Amino acid sequence: MSRRYDSRTTIFSPEGRLYQVEYALEAISHAGTALGILATDGIVLAAERKVTSKLLEQDTSAEKLYILNDNMICAVAGMTADANILINYARTQAQRYLLTYNNDIPCEQLVRRLCDLKQGYTQHGGLRPFGVSFIYAGFDNQRQFQLYQSNPSGNYGGWKATSVGANNASAQSLLKQDYNEECSLKEACELAVKVLSKTMDSTKLSSEKIEFATVGRTKSGTVYHHLWAAEEIDALLKEHGLAKKDSEGVEESWKPGESV
Amino acid sequence: MRGATILKANEDKTRQLNKHTLMAYVGEAGDTIQFAEYIQANIQLYSMRNSTDLTPSETSSFVRTELARSLRSRSPYTVNLLLGGFDPRTSKPELYWIDYLASCAPVPYAAHGYAQYYCLSILDKHHHPDISLEQGMKILRMCTDELKRRLPIDFKGVVVKVVDGEGIREVEYEDGGQVLAP
Repeated sequence: MSRRYDSRTTIFSPEGRLYQVEYALEAISHAGTALGILATDGIVLAAERKVTSKLLEQDTSAEKLYILNDNMICAVAGMTADANILINYARTQAQRYLLTYNNDIPCEQLVRRLCDLKQGYTQHGGLRPFGVSFIYAGFDNQRQFQLYQSNPSGNYGGWKATSVGANNASAQSLLKQDYNEECSLKEACELAVKVLSKTMDSTKLSSEKIEFATVGRTKSGTVYHHLWAAEEIDALLKEHGLAKKDSEGVEESWKPGESV
Repeated sequence: MRGATILKANEDKTRQLNKHTLMAYVGEAGDTIQFAEYIQANIQLYSMRNSTDLTPSETSSFVRTELARSLRSRSPYTVNLLLGGFDPRTSKPELYWIDYLASCAPVPYAAHGYAQYYCLSILDKHHHPDISLEQGMKILRMCTDELKRRLPIDFKGVVVKVVDGEGIREVEYEDGGQVLAP
């Protein structure tokens, strides 16, 4: 009898809750942390990789950061397979808008279109809700740089700094403590790695364990987004004294032709 | 013209799409108003849904897309359009020439219909970049005077509307006077 109100996605419990949505949120809170920080001249997204193995091809599998269109990227926390469906949908919608209006879709509109889809699974039901939360970073002419977060219920909001996934409460309070509204993109990157280093289980970070991306503007004013290469992440970690020492890493000490 | 009937001469062949975009149309009777009001409704819907207005260039792309879709349907709209708008973000006025084959081009001046054969040469000669509204009105006067002299159809005058930073307004245009050959 305890399964009466959670076997279907669209049925309210007597306390007025939708259990399946709450379970989806619960699933996300076990996923790797992702965070986003808004700066005056850009936005940084950072995410923790959960699947790390030295057999994994590093540069062909972005796990948590995706490009949506020319001026928007997003970070994912939750089920990657579900995220792929939504990202595919978002990319299609962005291109559809571009085709009709010959202009990039305003950030909030793209977020809303995705959230409308997510909301559908809390009302029309049939299947299960998408088990993913997103952090979106983007730029449009109307509202400049913007950072949004959305969850399986279809709710979304604009943020200055936010996080999703495991330990997001502690990440959020660290961000609240150290966030400065007038910060530059560089300072935001520094804050991002510092927060990640405190919320992640492992003490020493490396480019295998985190992903990094930024949105900014070039001197001529065109918007760019950039998914960081492993070397760039390692350089940033080194700069802030959070990098793993070369001798500690198995991968780094291994040389071709040598047996492990 | 000879005949027992005359056509209405004072019809306003424009629709305001949003605060700073105006669309003028010519073409098949019936098609014109149907299409113009369809566009008007959709542009207004966009403004309501997103609490922001489409810019003139976005509007022109939308109109073009709709015309292109219509063109490939069983019964395409036969409507030619001029889209005038003021972009508040860049503070620049824009004019788009659109025809029923879904061509769309930003232009400094434009005309549709039979009158274009008389007006475009005058516009070619007298238009310069960065002319003021006052100078523009002078060129418009040259155009309507030319139509009075040469148009084989009885010229019944024009409706004149101005689109600028303040929005859209109709302006008085005296076109009853007699025009003599130069």
